[in-house]
Amino acid sequence: MPKKSDYLIDRRQFVGGVVGIVGAIMSAAVGLPLVGYLVSPALEKAEGQEWIPLGTASALEPGVPALFTFSQLRQVGWKRTKINYAVYAIADDTGHVTVFSDDCTHLSCKVHWEPERGAFICPCHDGVFDREGNVVAGPPPRPLDRFEAKVEDGQLMILVEA
Amino acid sequence: MAARVVAWLDERMGLLTIWNTVFDRKVPRVNWWFTLGSASLFLAVMQGATGIFLTVYYVPTPEDAYNSIEYIMNDVAFGWLVRGIHHWGASLMIVIVFLHMLRVFIYGAYKYPREVTWITGVVLLLATLGSGFTGYLLPWNQQSYWATVVGTSIVGTVPVVGDFLVRVLRAGDSLTFLTLSRFFGAHIWILPAILFSMIGVHLYLVIRNGISYVPRRDE
Repeated sequence: MPKKSDYLIDRRQFVGGVVGIVGAIMSAAVGLPLVGYLVSPALEKAEGQEWIPLGTASALEPGVPALFTFSQLRQVGWKRTKINYAVYAIADDTGHVTVFSDDCTHLSCKVHWEPERGAFICPCHDGVFDREGNVVAGPPPRPLDRFEAKVEDGQLMILVEA
Repeated sequence: MAARVVAWLDERMGLLTIWNTVFDRKVPRVNWWFTLGSASLFLAVMQGATGIFLTVYYVPTPEDAYNSIEYIMNDVAFGWLVRGIHHWGASLMIVIVFLHMLRVFIYGAYKYPREVTWITGVVLLLATLGSGFTGYLLPWNQQSYWATVVGTSIVGTVPVVGDFLVRVLRAGDSLTFLTLSRFFGAHIWILPAILFSMIGVHLYLVIRNGISYVPRRDE
């Protein structure tokens, strides 16, 4: 009969170890898929782009930003979901049109045009952009984002993710 | 190192006392039927965990309920696994809890001084059945809808107040979005709160009184 001290570990330690290892494997088998479960929607990306008509370009007054709103149907989860957007279009003297996103480049609050100040103002942290979209004051790290734009048959159109 | 961390924490929190009381308590020589309580606990925790994860995507409205579950099953990574465990675990829990009750009944383990353990066990059985009943409606498909129509109608056979109780359960005369909403609330908040607090009392009593031994032939 071998003595207890002849063994590397005793029965109790062995059982404890086996329970621990089996428990760890079971936890991992359930726990790791849960990470994928939670991040799943973040892995879906917009796959294409589409031209969206904003309105007639001739209504634009040179040098004065005009607000255009549009909505887009996007597949979100199990639903085609309406998402609303607002953009600012500004024409220069030659008739070339630039279209700005109204997302502040700081933390994505919505900027609005204030005619009396001649600037785009973000109300959240006092970000100020000029009519070219350049940062004049405040925390925004870069100019306002621009959309690719074109005028077709008098219609102003921009290219957005679909 | 680990021993020193444990010693540091134990000095301040008395963890070893809790550990020894819960896991190193004396138990009589028993058989495998005595593992059904632990199995019930494991399933309850499993249902709680998978249920919490299901609420991340499930939407309890007539428009979205069915589609959100289809989304979980077909589009969310491992959604089939999480809902599969919750779905099959629910049926398994009913079976295991019932067998656990049967074991206690047949061995006479509900007798003095364990009557209160039995009574909290009855509450746990009802909370488990209630969870099964309310959870069954949540997919909002034909099967769950008509099962709930029938199930709530049975309550209507109660004398005098039956009709009123049906209206309380359904939040009105018929099954609507309000029924779905209150079944969801009961399923994820009210019943789990009852279930897990009662599990706490139940476990305390099991540890406080110890488990009963297998009755001898001459008893």
